[in-house]
Amino acid sequence: MSLREEIREAAEPYPDRRSAVMGGLRLAQEQYGGWLPREALVEVAEALDLTPAHVQAVASFYDMFHLAPVGEHVVEVCTNVSCALVGAQQVVEAFERELGVRVGETSEEGNVTLRTIECAGGCGYAPVVVVDHRYREPVRPEDVPRILEELNGG
Amino acid sequence: MAEAQSIVLAGADERDLTRIGEYQAIGGYAALAKARGMEREAVVEEISTATLRGRGGAGFPMGRKLSLVQPPEVVGKATYVVANADESEPGAFKDREIIRRVPHRFLEGCLIAAHAIGSRHVFVYIRGEYAAEYEVLKRAADEVRDAGLLDGVTLVIHRGAGAYICGEESALLESLEGERGQPRPRPPFPPVSGLYGSPTLINNVQTLTTVPIILERGGSWYASLGPQASPGTVVYSISGNVERPGNYELPLGTTLRELIYDVGGGIPGGRKLKAIIPGGSSVPVFTPDQIDTPADFDSIQSAGSFLGSAAIIVVDERACMVQLALRVEKFYKHESCGKCTPCREGTRWMVSLLEKIESGRADHSDLDLLRAVCDRMLGKSLCALGDFAVYPVASYVDKYRDEFEAHIDQGGCPYGGESSIEGIAAPVDKHTHSPVAELPA
Repeated sequence: MSLREEIREAAEPYPDRRSAVMGGLRLAQEQYGGWLPREALVEVAEALDLTPAHVQAVASFYDMFHLAPVGEHVVEVCTNVSCALVGAQQVVEAFERELGVRVGETSEEGNVTLRTIECAGGCGYAPVVVVDHRYREPVRPEDVPRILEELNGG
Repeated sequence: MAEAQSIVLAGADERDLTRIGEYQAIGGYAALAKARGMEREAVVEEISTATLRGRGGAGFPMGRKLSLVQPPEVVGKATYVVANADESEPGAFKDREIIRRVPHRFLEGCLIAAHAIGSRHVFVYIRGEYAAEYEVLKRAADEVRDAGLLDGVTLVIHRGAGAYICGEESALLESLEGERGQPRPRPPFPPVSGLYGSPTLINNVQTLTTVPIILERGGSWYASLGPQASPGTVVYSISGNVERPGNYELPLGTTLRELIYDVGGGIPGGRKLKAIIPGGSSVPVFTPDQIDTPADFDSIQSAGSFLGSAAIIVVDERACMVQLALRVEKFYKHESCGKCTPCREGTRWMVSLLEKIESGRADHSDLDLLRAVCDRMLGKSLCALGDFAVYPVASYVDKYRDEFEAHIDQGGCPYGGESSIEGIAAPVDKHTHSPVAELPA
């Protein structure tokens, strides 16, 4: 099934196909390597009979849509209050050290993007790290090398 | 010691209630059959009698909400049930556990609510980050359909994509309609004009998950549990500096002391309690002398804060309150949708002033200005985010003013780099979703 067909299918359960714009953007992002280049926005717009401007306005509003390239893997560390209180910053710094990048950057081999995120809803198992949309909780600084090894091995 | 009482999560320790067969083996979906055999007014009456107050934060009585939604034959168009599973309040992680462990009880509650208002359409808006929970819910929804229990109702699971504001009901509706998640002016309220301009019932996951047992055992039974004005149980989310953080379902009105010291096991290392955030990061803080406050809607409010989503964050003596204020405010700056000027610009001013105080460059007039910005933001935005951005910080300044003044008098943080949250990074340091102009120097 083409991306357009997949998006159209995702729109079927809604009384108004406009409602499928987020679902369409998610599908497009998966197909375009984890981010949304201009062509992807246009493709979503065409599938749903929306303007590319509207689709871009929606995409730029939500944190999980990326409008710039990301690495093959995305590592996200929650630094909101509950995680902060139990050492999230030390986890952020461990990733920065191991990857040789600062938050917001992608590692040299182009394969891991490091981000901080707001509350992921794992406050009781803090600090929370989300690796490629999968929660790892709790994560201590000493767990960081193993997490990165797993990514490189897999 | 508070007595654990399972209603929402009942049976989940013993069985895999994510499977429909297991759920039906303990009587699951019997309440739905019972409700469908009743007149819908009678269903509304049971829920009203139960005095079930919304567990998403506002505590609005569900029965009253139900009675505000006109049926399709009166309004002449489809009406909707929307389940708010966009849990994003910092400190809250209960809906995630409910969906993971008792998705069928939640879906049963949604279907009973649909019957109660005569609606044929249920939408579940689940936050985008909850990918594993989405899978559990999706499988449960497929099982419900295959078991023939939908009875003509369409059930759509809609995934969010990372925006705190979409937990706010009118922003959620905008998002569900394919727009940026920006709140709507009210009135009209969703029961009158909600999704696609139609009457819409919006309730939190936990509220809906409580509905089946109310139908099963009766509204008066439920009303007899816990405090009279806010009966029943709630899943408290306990996090921060406690030995045993986690979700605990207990009767409403359990005291903060019981929650922190008995249930949560106290503070690690025998350290001293410094602050209690009783309802998620958006509410005014409590000082240790308020620890005997019962954690129910009215008691917490009488004591000057909000129960919110019953997310209790424990802060020990190592945390600098200015740094905590800064971290909390950076969250609201990041999540402000940018629609209302007081919220969009006020959060930026607050972050800027707090950074100045934390770094020791502020004088006392900056602290007064910070407090004045708070006062001027309150009640000035379309939704509560503009207030949530103020309540915590204003309360930290008012209750820990000595600590804010010490930063000014000493020209820096009195913790000297030893605060437990020293240097904490925040997403807004890298980007924001709102249009950004330079602050005046």
